[in-house]
Amino acid sequence: MAILSKEEAQAILKKVISYSKADACEVNLNGSDGGNIRYARNAVSTAGQISVMSLGVSSTFGKKTGTATINEFDDASLQKVVQRAEELARLAPENPEYMPPLGPQTYTESATFNAATAAMTPDTRAEMVGKSLSVSKAANLEAAGFLENSTRFNAMMNSKGLFAYNKGTDVSFSVTVRNQDGTGSGYVDQSFNNLDKMDTLALSKIAASKATKSAGAKAIEPGKYTVILEPLAASDILSNMFRGFDARSADEGRSFMSKKGGGTRLGEQLFSENVNIYSDPLNPELPSSTWDGDGLPVKRTQWVQNGVVKNLSYSRYWAAQKGVQPIPFNRSIVIEGGSQSLEDLIKSTEKGILVTRFWYIRSVDPQTLLLTGLTRDGTFYIENGEIKFPLKNFRFNESPVIMLNNVEALGKPVRTGSGMIPPMKIRDFTFTSLSDAV
Amino acid sequence: MTGVGAAAGMLPAMPAFSREISIAEALTPVDVKLKKRMADVALNAAKGKGATYTDVRIGRYLRQVVATRENRVDNIANGESYGIGIRVIAAGSWGFAATDKMDDVSIARAAEMAVAIAKGNSKLMTEPVKLAPQKGYGEVSWKTPVEVNGFSVPIAEKVELLLGVNAAAMQAGAKYVNSNMFLVNEQKYFASSEGSYIDQDIHRIWPTFTVTKVDAAGGKFETRNALSAPMGMGYEYMRPKEDQKIKGGPVTLYKNNYDILEDVKEATAHVDEKLKAKPVQPGKYDLVLDPSHLFLTIHESVGHPTELDRVLGYEANYAGTSFLTLDKWESKKFNFGSKEVNIIADRTTPGSLGAIGYDDEGVKAGKWDIIKDGILVNYQTIRDQAHILGLKESQGCCYADSWDSIQFQRMPNVSLAPGNAALSAADMVKNVEKGIYMFGRNSYSIDQQRYNFQFSAQLAYEIKEGKIVGMLKDAAYQANTQEFWNSCVQRCDKNDYRLGGTFSDGKGQPSQVSAVSHGSPTTRFNGVSVINTGRRLG
Repeated sequence: MAILSKEEAQAILKKVISYSKADACEVNLNGSDGGNIRYARNAVSTAGQISVMSLGVSSTFGKKTGTATINEFDDASLQKVVQRAEELARLAPENPEYMPPLGPQTYTESATFNAATAAMTPDTRAEMVGKSLSVSKAANLEAAGFLENSTRFNAMMNSKGLFAYNKGTDVSFSVTVRNQDGTGSGYVDQSFNNLDKMDTLALSKIAASKATKSAGAKAIEPGKYTVILEPLAASDILSNMFRGFDARSADEGRSFMSKKGGGTRLGEQLFSENVNIYSDPLNPELPSSTWDGDGLPVKRTQWVQNGVVKNLSYSRYWAAQKGVQPIPFNRSIVIEGGSQSLEDLIKSTEKGILVTRFWYIRSVDPQTLLLTGLTRDGTFYIENGEIKFPLKNFRFNESPVIMLNNVEALGKPVRTGSGMIPPMKIRDFTFTSLSDAV
Repeated sequence: MTGVGAAAGMLPAMPAFSREISIAEALTPVDVKLKKRMADVALNAAKGKGATYTDVRIGRYLRQVVATRENRVDNIANGESYGIGIRVIAAGSWGFAATDKMDDVSIARAAEMAVAIAKGNSKLMTEPVKLAPQKGYGEVSWKTPVEVNGFSVPIAEKVELLLGVNAAAMQAGAKYVNSNMFLVNEQKYFASSEGSYIDQDIHRIWPTFTVTKVDAAGGKFETRNALSAPMGMGYEYMRPKEDQKIKGGPVTLYKNNYDILEDVKEATAHVDEKLKAKPVQPGKYDLVLDPSHLFLTIHESVGHPTELDRVLGYEANYAGTSFLTLDKWESKKFNFGSKEVNIIADRTTPGSLGAIGYDDEGVKAGKWDIIKDGILVNYQTIRDQAHILGLKESQGCCYADSWDSIQFQRMPNVSLAPGNAALSAADMVKNVEKGIYMFGRNSYSIDQQRYNFQFSAQLAYEIKEGKIVGMLKDAAYQANTQEFWNSCVQRCDKNDYRLGGTFSDGKGQPSQVSAVSHGSPTTRFNGVSVINTGRRLG
């Protein structure tokens, strides 16, 4: 019973709050229920099922806070965890950045839960993996993949009367398909809230096709090229930028969002005019919780409009310091695009490189957000609007900020790991060396 | 790969079941007789349902974090995760189940579920599991030889030390400073149907910091991280000893005892130099790599490609495969590196993160060659893979990061042996005409088969005609693994040999972390390609 209803969670939280003797008390109750199955070399290797629930109490006296957690829910255990938090609070040093709890808030209902995903069993997972294996076996290819699903709930309550609850589901699937001699490799990675959208057979066919088509790759000189990034590739890079939309690190002078001479780059034209980025927890393709860890309501936020930085996220503490309203960050990022498909972008390209995904991306210079990493699982040369031949993988050194200044075209956004991301055509993308890896 | 948890501002992953406990609770282990009784419940239940092999891990994982920033404490956590994981072979297939409910009924139920999962999985298997023989050891125990249990040191003392570190940096002109201390204690009990009952008490510690200075007018900032190493030691690592320091070079270096206050003062001065450092001219350089930097290059370019499960394709969908395919090993002449390159795997080096008595499938810790005089001679294996290499026993590389994680092949310590001829780092530098001397880990990236990598350092000094002439910025080297190790021309001697390591090496799906050390002396690599990573934003 790791998934509690709103009423069940509220009842436990009320009880916990009633035991509190502190100046302020905040209680979080979270549970998840789910399973996974892993396969490699065309056979299942491991499988697991896990169900967990835990409760955390933060008690505060003045500006001293202590936190204690527990995974037992009888009355005696609940009393004990409150006492433990209060003991720790008395021993804790004062936190000069402590913010008193928020009062009651109004939240919009989220769309994160899907009953079909919640009903998944080990048999559902095995059947979905069976479909994937049927593709690789039939084509004499080798598959390694991972399928995972979970149902989770999060609830919080504080001594000022705030109560928030969300329940959601996720299912994610990825598979790498390789040819027998190890000269070709393809990959897909997809996650949804809704099981009905997940088609492991169709996805595995895409990976298998890339495995076959990427065999026999040719080397071309590294350098600056026009690239077409599939949504996954674009997401791999841009997910490293979104967390930089933070006002505090910008104000502190240690971010690419810091302004020379002090302050932030809010209001500046930092990207090409065709770049528009927002987040919206109610986006039907990418729903997320409508409240954040502080209990703040999460609403649609425009981060970049026509290339201009419109908002940075502010924690409650930093917002109070700067005299502005707090703005929570939200994972449901949408980069707006057009109506063109990936194929349309390829057709419109005279010479370029198509990238399926990137791998092992690490920050090289946080000041310019320079990243390095490599292409993987399908890199192709495009000439006169057609894919001509597979390419050996490249290492790149590029900044997403520079990349979003070199946008030639954006296609139709699709759901990927870090948001709704369009396929992108980018000029002057910097590849610095070749890799023999397949 | 190694996780982002390495950055001083980030915390290593905690297991899902962690709960906060008092220090007194942390210092009280579970009675070993009780653990044996619980293990027998699981062993008998699994056997009763038809398991042909069973192992049981009763794990109590303690993790303490003290995190500070400037003049305040960001986070103090003292968490425990306790439960039992049961792995079986039934119908030729693996099955696994775990529970944190430690009564007999729940344990037996978990054992039965593991057997049911094994039987279910057997339908999707291509060949039955083949285990390398392993004798039972009876009732044995092993303990990290700590002088001072880190968990017995009051948190107030750690807070005082870290706030003192921050104060020293701020006094020296730092704009921001984060300092953290991480402690781990794995109290692990392993029992198998082959007659082992192994009780182990494993300790690790990692102090670290990041000092930041900002040049607001120039719109620039620089940082320098600690040059400490995470160690398989107790709190004695935090007690400085003069004979464990290497002085005389541009940076003070530390062996088995660390001086965090001294390092943070040097770091703060280094950040000033970094802000004024000369941009590197791209080109070929001879690299002199200090162990505080080289450990990560060893980890990524030697440690990971010699993991046998990667070679075989079990990690293809996540971490990747390996260029060190079995045919290269079978040829007995694959030229991985120059004759200088002797890489040794071990789980026995005192103070290392990989040191244990027995692995997580009850195999005694050992030591073996991986690269001998430049030639690939071996891999890292566990019991169900040993037969592939024709080995009669496992090399003891099995590890799970929690009682509820399935154990699988993880990296032992993988280290570059020191040179036999007497040579200090200072003498090595004297013979370099055009080179760069690098210290500390920074950016790191390598492809999924471990051919092409790019690394940068916390500190890079230019060497001209045998002398260190100043600090460089924006220097990163790119190389092919085999070419790089074949450019290895000289190693310092055993007096210069030190351990580096990582607390959070990530692998597997769902991802698990493990801690591993890599020893090396200061080592020279000739003619490596260095790029300039400086860019300008509009």
